[in-house]
Amino acid sequence: MGKAFQFYPEAASSFAGQIDNLYFFLVALTTVMTLGIVAVALFFFVKYRRRSDDECPEEIEGNIMFEITWSVIPLVVCLGIFFWGTNIYMGMVQAPPDSVPVYVVAKQWMWKLQHPNGRSEINELHVPLGQNTRIIMASEDVLHSFYVPAFRTKMDVVPGKYTSLWFRPTKIGTYRLFCAEYCGTSHAGMNGWVHVLSEADYAAWLSGNVANESMEEAGERLFTENKCNTCHAATGNTQLGPSLNGVYGKSVTLKNGRTVTVDDAYIRESIFQPLAKVVAGFNPVMPTYETQLNEQQIMQIISYIKTLKPVDGQEGGHE
Amino acid sequence: MSNDTSSPKVNYLNNDYSIKSWLLTVDHKRIAILYLIAISFFFLVGGLMAVLFRFELATPQGDLVSAETYNKLFTMHGMVMVFFFLIPSVPAVLGNFLLPLMIGAKDVAFPRLNLASWYIYMLGGTLTIFAAISGGIDTGWTFYTPYSSTYANTAVVTAGIAVFITGFSSILTGLNFLVTIHKLRAPGLTWSRLPLFVWAHYATSIIMLLGTPVLAITVALLAVERGLGFGIFDPNLGGDPVLFQHLFWFYSHPAVYIMILPSMGVISEIVAAFCRKRVFGYTFVAASSLAIAVIGFFVWGHHLFLSSQSVFAGMVFSFLSYIVAVPSAIKVFNWTATMFRGSISWETPMLYVLGFIGLFSIGGLTGLFLANLAVDVHLHDTYFVVAHFHYVMVGGVIMGYMGGLHYYWPKITGRMYNEFWAKISFLLIFVGFNLTFLPQFVLGQLGMPRRYYFYDAEWQTLNVLSSAGASVLGIGYLLPVIYFLYSLKNGKIASQNPWGAKGLEWEVADTPPDPHNFHEIPVVTEEAYAYAKEAH
Amino acid sequence: MSTSSESKHPALADHFIDLKQQYDSAQLGMWSFLLTEVMMFGGLFMCYIVARSQFLEAFVDASHHLSIGLGGFNTIVLIVSSLTMAMAVHSASEGHQKKTFKFLLGTLFLGAVFLGVKYIEYSAKIEHNNIPGDNFEWHGVANPANVELFFGLYFVMTGLHAAHMIIGGGLLIWLMVLNHKGRFSKEFSTPVELVGLYWHFVDIVWIFLFPLLYLIGRHSA
Repeated sequence: MGKAFQFYPEAASSFAGQIDNLYFFLVALTTVMTLGIVAVALFFFVKYRRRSDDECPEEIEGNIMFEITWSVIPLVVCLGIFFWGTNIYMGMVQAPPDSVPVYVVAKQWMWKLQHPNGRSEINELHVPLGQNTRIIMASEDVLHSFYVPAFRTKMDVVPGKYTSLWFRPTKIGTYRLFCAEYCGTSHAGMNGWVHVLSEADYAAWLSGNVANESMEEAGERLFTENKCNTCHAATGNTQLGPSLNGVYGKSVTLKNGRTVTVDDAYIRESIFQPLAKVVAGFNPVMPTYETQLNEQQIMQIISYIKTLKPVDGQEGGHE
Repeated sequence: MSNDTSSPKVNYLNNDYSIKSWLLTVDHKRIAILYLIAISFFFLVGGLMAVLFRFELATPQGDLVSAETYNKLFTMHGMVMVFFFLIPSVPAVLGNFLLPLMIGAKDVAFPRLNLASWYIYMLGGTLTIFAAISGGIDTGWTFYTPYSSTYANTAVVTAGIAVFITGFSSILTGLNFLVTIHKLRAPGLTWSRLPLFVWAHYATSIIMLLGTPVLAITVALLAVERGLGFGIFDPNLGGDPVLFQHLFWFYSHPAVYIMILPSMGVISEIVAAFCRKRVFGYTFVAASSLAIAVIGFFVWGHHLFLSSQSVFAGMVFSFLSYIVAVPSAIKVFNWTATMFRGSISWETPMLYVLGFIGLFSIGGLTGLFLANLAVDVHLHDTYFVVAHFHYVMVGGVIMGYMGGLHYYWPKITGRMYNEFWAKISFLLIFVGFNLTFLPQFVLGQLGMPRRYYFYDAEWQTLNVLSSAGASVLGIGYLLPVIYFLYSLKNGKIASQNPWGAKGLEWEVADTPPDPHNFHEIPVVTEEAYAYAKEAH
Repeated sequence: MSTSSESKHPALADHFIDLKQQYDSAQLGMWSFLLTEVMMFGGLFMCYIVARSQFLEAFVDASHHLSIGLGGFNTIVLIVSSLTMAMAVHSASEGHQKKTFKFLLGTLFLGAVFLGVKYIEYSAKIEHNNIPGDNFEWHGVANPANVELFFGLYFVMTGLHAAHMIIGGGLLIWLMVLNHKGRFSKEFSTPVELVGLYWHFVDIVWIFLFPLLYLIGRHSA
């Protein structure tokens, strides 16, 4: 893309500017400090070069004031950089509540992405300009890392759990997407493009190729196809297993007396390892769906469960 | 003590020429030579691999070797360089040779364990070579699970066992040094009189003792997991791949200090000898070694900022990583201050000090980028990281090691190396090194991830620069092999103390030393580097 | 060879000034080595703590299938063996060759009993397919995958401990040979003392393993 030679990557997200400011401060600090020390050392080299073989300089013991000065100043500078960076980082951790999710499954050696409306892509991501976008990631095999240099953001994809990152694109364009965590033979080939489109272009893109079903619809279909509804009521009373209406985001009590919040990670675990955290009042009878469902389908089922509203007079899970 | 050089004196080299006397020696000086030979071999093997994959990276396409081969090359390069060169380099060669001489002892505390540690090292090295031949290993030297435990099709178990075994060589070396420094110091050699080289090795041996066993158990668990499906790092059984990263870096970050601290010790010795001055702020330089050893154990999590480690943990590790930067800065300032009003000789070892100060400053300061939570998000796992740790490892550790090798060459062999070629070699190394790794900082900032077999065409210019630098660097490292070997037969015979340096190893022990180091146990009456007190 | 004017003790190595320096060095060396052992087992204990806090039920369930009787018996065996080892150290330092032999033999015997009982325990696990891997079976109430994790830790931890016991047995035999040659006296019995330290350490590891693997699971039930 673009020029043959550059020293500076494009900056296309809301926090790219902040990070770059700190980055360039550090570059300046490194340059000044290194050149300064080397210059002093070279000056001493010349000025105090040995002039005769039996030269014997007078002793200088050391100087406590010097030691304190060059311990405290670096310490203060270091702490300043620490607070500066941590401050920026705090803004990068938590996605704003209005973020639109994109579900990503990483596997050797491709990115599978799906938008809430069901539109899915491979190694390409289309996002509208200025929209807070949250990437929720799972891995089907090994560690990967979702990296968009132009957005200055990156996060590992860890098998067995969900990780996420968010960004707000600030510039229309096409940017590189890389896998940054070594993942085997074709690690270098596990890359793609992020297209930041204007609102209008994005709408056109979305409608240009309508998906058969949204993620929620796909989730509902999987819910029925896999006979989840035999035991788990989606809209009615508690059956063999806990009913799921309005359960998302609530906390439930487990057999061992602990409580757990029903979130993406808990639902995923309960489908893959049903016996790990059984809700109080139910028998551990559910089989694992590890071989029947893949990570992407789990994400669709989660999207579906999120939509289930509480029914009057019913409570999700057990009282 | 020693008289003129023409009379053939008995020394540790000429007292017995048989092969058996070398392979079964318990003399710390001969064991140091055995290590020197083995380490040089592994350094050349590791370097050759680097040159190969740098050639591959000269073009954006993958054309010289296959992707599998490329992955195996950088993995083996990392493994060989870290475990078989950098970690043992200064301690096992210079430390082994010099510690007893510097503290006025006849040998290390456990000479047979010392020999055993070399054999263990060789066994681990042989297994690594075997792993390389029987399928290679392509996990990266970090062995991250679950790729290493489940998905890789290469000789992971063999390589893991090799690392496990080699760890014990490191443990035995550390144990030997710790006890030697505590119990075998000559009368009068108090802690505050110890050469800074000894202090640095004391701090290093503590890290070796506390860190290495954790690495050993971690790779053992990895081997069990891969061989028997044991599950602690396997998400399918509820295990956690990130736990592996914690355990791995609990050793492998302090291991960075195992590598750099001894080199810093060498730099202190050279600065003193070639400025003819006591090291400025002796106490602070000694204490900073210990501070680095202790704090260094609590910063490992800065390798895991993006691993799904908690935000709070990230903040704590970032904070501590900034704290550990300070003692290193103190050392650099003190060495520079030592030169003030010194009598600076421009011989090769001192040039390496200058190189060390410049390159290590860059290596250390770029660490500030990566210890930063926000900036690390962008730079993590890019070429910026590669450049950063090569500035510390090559610009720091190897500069110190090379400087020490030149400084102590006459002590070890009784011959002088060729000063002219040594300076040429230093220049080639310095220029080649910067040419190789400076462009990689830029590549990292541009977003080029590490361990990439092919890359975007726009990055070719910088990659070509880097590959060209690697070739210059390679030649720079080959030159010393030639002139050092040449000097063994043809070098000028070294005088007792060619640099006019202070210290028991130069002033009391013969050059080259007697098999028993000292004819009688020396008594120490002054602090280290008492140049001004010479008062002729 | 530099020879000192007085007659040198046969056990004194060349590079030490006197027996005291040699003894102090050996002691410090052994303690440092034990420190590395603590770190090594520490890594394992860390894994145990992480996994247990995550999968408490599975760990409780699995721990109910370990035999407290056999584990408790082994604990007593090891504690007694520590006593006999301490007696061996004492009698060696007093220069009683025969007593030293008896106590060393006693320690070796108790170590062998421990390993024998361990063998019985392992066989039962193998019979019930409780070995982690493809054939793992579990009929308890907890999630089998997590129970598998427990047994993985169980085998690695007790296995590493058993390996230390076997090495300890080898060291005891070596001591018996030295003792037979009459190497130990009031002036010099360092090897017995060092192996003693090692033996006690291996004991202490078991004192931690036994409650972690066998006991605290029952408390939580």
